[in-house]
Amino acid sequence: MQKGIDKVVVLEVEDIHKKYRGQDILKGISFKVRKGETKVIIGPSGTGKSTLLRCINQLTIPDKGRIWLEGEEVIHTKKNINQFRQKMGMVFQDFNLFDHLTALGNVEIGLTRVKRMDKDEARQKAIEELKKVGLEEQANLYPAQLSGGQKQRVSIARALAMDPKVMLFDEPTSALDPELIGEVLEVIKNLAIQGMTMILVTHEMGFARSVANEIIFMEDGKILESGPPYQLFNNPKYERTKRFLKKITELYGE
Amino acid sequence: MVENFLMIFQALPYLLRGSLVTIGLVGGALFLGFIMGIPMAVGQVYGNKLIANLIFFYVWFFRGLPVLVLLFLFYFGLFSLMGLNLPAFTSAILVLGLRSAAYQSQIFRGSIQSLGEGQMLAARSLGMSKIQAIWNIILPQALRISIPGWSNEYSIILKDSAVSYAIGVMELLTRANFISTRTYKPMPVFLTCALIFLLLTYGGVKVLNLLEKKVRIPGYAYGRREI
Repeated sequence: MQKGIDKVVVLEVEDIHKKYRGQDILKGISFKVRKGETKVIIGPSGTGKSTLLRCINQLTIPDKGRIWLEGEEVIHTKKNINQFRQKMGMVFQDFNLFDHLTALGNVEIGLTRVKRMDKDEARQKAIEELKKVGLEEQANLYPAQLSGGQKQRVSIARALAMDPKVMLFDEPTSALDPELIGEVLEVIKNLAIQGMTMILVTHEMGFARSVANEIIFMEDGKILESGPPYQLFNNPKYERTKRFLKKITELYGE
Repeated sequence: MVENFLMIFQALPYLLRGSLVTIGLVGGALFLGFIMGIPMAVGQVYGNKLIANLIFFYVWFFRGLPVLVLLFLFYFGLFSLMGLNLPAFTSAILVLGLRSAAYQSQIFRGSIQSLGEGQMLAARSLGMSKIQAIWNIILPQALRISIPGWSNEYSIILKDSAVSYAIGVMELLTRANFISTRTYKPMPVFLTCALIFLLLTYGGVKVLNLLEKKVRIPGYAYGRREI
């Protein structure tokens, strides 16, 4: 997919390390994400992909390393971190919708409580965001009344409502029934086309291939190899990358 | 038989005023327990080690002693030692309330911990502070889950309120006992007293059941199960 990518770096990650229970999960991860770029992170499970995403918005605090968002260093102080997190939308594998709020309530709450937006204005914006993911009809339903695919689309709308500078997707389709994956991928694909800056952890290789500007292959807490999709899929540098891609493509299909 | 009914009929207004005192005790104690129990539960789950330990100690103390011992300890001992000259009614509310806080905190703690960690993660990822997340996301859900346990606490406090008889609060049991000693007819009097307690339990639990239904989250698996 061709799309214009600015040269502006939105997010920079430098030498992130994280230990968990004495075990090294991340062993020095660095990369840059430019405006409008979609970066897809792939790799075997347990290599720290999810931890890396959580380190970026400091839901997990890295032991070492620095992160910049639009040139500003992300520092974990009580006051600052909430400001930074507003600018980094996060979508979780298991949705994590707020169970006591309707779809609309889920999208609104960040606007009213965090951005202190006026109630009517927040409602308008929330409805707009739900429209974008094709769920305006479901606005008044509760999470327990939605399908998995719908839940994930609400959670995307919830993150988008905050007007983030970058979106972080942590295996957004892994908890979904196969027939529901398509609707979520469609939404993400549209975001990519519209030029949203995104980091996406996924096992959907066909999808990764079609939306990614760059694929990062992580293994054992490090970036083993990265590059544009055609390079990784057709001409990987390492045998390990080739084997992983072959295996995962057999498992999940294109 | 007829004279028993007549006696009860005459004593009823006096007993009913006692029921109001009982309701006052229960209402006051539950309220105090509620406004203390919630921050205690939050502190135990999200607070630092020191706070969690202090709350643990508090709960251990108030759950570890018979309610009558607590009542005497505070009414005759601690309150006067602190230079407080509190009326029996107020003292009873305080003791029952402080004790209820210990129990209620554990009801709320259980509910908070039953929520998935993802709720907090999602709230923080939107840029909410911990306090905002607890207030807007965690507590609204935890309180709903707490209603059945809290309804239990109501019925327990209602019955425990009768111990304030021992320090002379003019509640239902105190008044029933008073009439009984004057009329030498314990059976009809205490039967009436028991009946009023049963009705109060029934009414309160009923109201809480209605509340539980009213705030139920649609589609959520509450209530009766088919499997």
